[in-house]
Amino acid sequence: MDPKLYKFDTLSLHGGQRPDAETGARAVPIYQTTSYVFKDSDHAAALFNLEQGGHIYSRISNPTVAVLEERIAALEGGSGAVATASGQSALFAAIMTLMGQGDHIVSSASLYGGSVNLFQHTLPRFGIETTFVNARKPEEFRNAIRPETRLVFGEIIGNPGLEILDVPEISKIAHEAGLPLLIDATFNTPYLCRALELGADLVSHSVTKWMGGHGVALGGAVVEGGRFDWDAEGKFPTLTEPYAGYHGINFFEEFGPHAFSMRMRSEAMRDFGPAMSPQNAFYLLQGLETLPLRMDRHISNTKIMLEFLQSSEEVAWVTHPDLPDHPDHELASRILPKGAGSIVAFGVKSGSSGGGREAGAAFINSVQLASHLANVGDAKTLVIHPASTTHAQMDSATMKQAGLTEDMIRLSVGLEDVNDLIDDFKQALRKAAKATGATK
Amino acid sequence: MKLQVRGADTFATTGGHPFDPEQPTIVFVHGAGMNRIVWYLQTRYFAHHGYAVLAVDLPGHGRSQGTLLGSVQELADWIPDLLDSAGVAKAALVGHSMGSLIALESAARHPDRVSKLALLGVASKMPVHPDLLNAAIADDPLAYELMMDWGTGPVGHFGRHPVPGFSLILGGQKLLGVENPGVLGNDLGLCNDYQSGMESATKVSCPTLIVMGSEDKMTPPKQGGKLATAIPNANRQLIQDCGHMMMIEKSDQTLQALKAHLSNK
Repeated sequence: MDPKLYKFDTLSLHGGQRPDAETGARAVPIYQTTSYVFKDSDHAAALFNLEQGGHIYSRISNPTVAVLEERIAALEGGSGAVATASGQSALFAAIMTLMGQGDHIVSSASLYGGSVNLFQHTLPRFGIETTFVNARKPEEFRNAIRPETRLVFGEIIGNPGLEILDVPEISKIAHEAGLPLLIDATFNTPYLCRALELGADLVSHSVTKWMGGHGVALGGAVVEGGRFDWDAEGKFPTLTEPYAGYHGINFFEEFGPHAFSMRMRSEAMRDFGPAMSPQNAFYLLQGLETLPLRMDRHISNTKIMLEFLQSSEEVAWVTHPDLPDHPDHELASRILPKGAGSIVAFGVKSGSSGGGREAGAAFINSVQLASHLANVGDAKTLVIHPASTTHAQMDSATMKQAGLTEDMIRLSVGLEDVNDLIDDFKQALRKAAKATGATK
Repeated sequence: MKLQVRGADTFATTGGHPFDPEQPTIVFVHGAGMNRIVWYLQTRYFAHHGYAVLAVDLPGHGRSQGTLLGSVQELADWIPDLLDSAGVAKAALVGHSMGSLIALESAARHPDRVSKLALLGVASKMPVHPDLLNAAIADDPLAYELMMDWGTGPVGHFGRHPVPGFSLILGGQKLLGVENPGVLGNDLGLCNDYQSGMESATKVSCPTLIVMGSEDKMTPPKQGGKLATAIPNANRQLIQDCGHMMMIEKSDQTLQALKAHLSNK
């Protein structure tokens, strides 16, 4: 007998929501309120002391945001989720929930530039150090783990080099050392890959990207897997020892599979305050409703754009994990069977009067339909030159470690009619080739 | 809180408040394949309102050592040993599903140790669907999905956990998933084998509350009602739009029902 649990596409539309009991509203209402009236003093005290579920103040939780949180948790297969103002605040809050001064992170080097900044320049000021390792070399993860390591981190599809992280293998390495694996799943979304099923323990998102899909609202989330034994090696006192900030509560003892999200909400959301606004949660919920449909189109358009770019004379190179010559093609086929996302990296051929950087710039300046901006995962096609923008703070060694080249164009394939995209790229590539002398 | 029961380390949550055996004691007994965590929306309240709380991990469950016991009756006889270890003469027992059978049997067999009884999601017999039983015996995660599918009411399938951001069905699945291999299969076997509910019900002499969910497929309210008629002066509480997992699905209503029953002198 099969269980009758709602499936992915249904959960995208309904997860975490029941029609509003008061009004019958079918859509998720926007609870634009900062605070909530208590029934009486006993109820207020019970909420503050985590004796009952409910809302106190929208910095900590909000009914509209809670629908988004539960929906994302359902789509990822987690025990719960906490939404934040942005993907970066989700990552920061997750780290602050797990560790403190003197602790250490082992991270893939193939990361969004903002995350590299956080690990390399900001967290050291809080006494937390990070060792960056090659995403393609699991042994480097194992060798970088120290007694004070508290987290292993990576993106499944590296940004912008598109290295694929072997999540099952890396999770095995992390677990052998008694450590949780946190995966930033922004580029793949749970539609393409559910990291928790592959062995990850926590998943973070910039919901701003494909999950929302429209590019109108910022948001982040951390999903808890609910399986990690925080108490096994005594490495996570924030979860397993009495917390004076909440009358000596022991989160893991009392909340088990929800311990991480309860601590993150009770402390990080309360003390740091990176709350998502209910309006943004509403926008992001509208996006999530069509996630499966949009991802199918992102993937089918990406396949056609890859064929076009490969056949184009003005393109020096193209990389995407779905291409057979990509170093991680076999791994991508295994853990991302529906497609390895809609980010493509390519280089524009340079000529006698200009190098790769100039060729890339000329291409970017010539596109008319694609938008030149610092985002990915929009419904609209986006292009950017990472070396001069998103990853500009990196020195050349770090750039190399992150798989970046000077001529790289990062393309985020959107949902337009793909023939219009091809027409736009054809004319922009022609202009770039002319500008650098690659063609007459 | 760690106790020694029959020589084995036994773990119980005290609801975030130090255990004081001088206060009226409530022992929460979880259901099949679960552990103490399932009571997190009731234990903290009672622990901070004048009660001594023990939400116990049964032998071989959660953080408790010891071997799995072989029948509901054996588990019922284990409860007085738990109370001895905690220094408690008499306690109120609150049980859910398999835990309600343990509480019922304990009250029938050890009336001098049980002050009150609250049985949540209960029936005099709990036959287990063979597909579920076989999946549980095989430690197939399908069993967790079947449990949470049948154990959660129709509206609960959409989610909306009482605690913001928690997953209702997945939270339950994770709780079942952290138990050791063999635990759920053993427990469901105990439920399936249990036959003496109606007979034991007649032996209950303490004030009793039966809480049922209107949409409970695992222990339908009709079955709970039948058991209630056999327990002298049992009170009944039917929670609307609620399945078998009332402590979570309708945590506030469950808490209110327990408060009214347990605080009544």
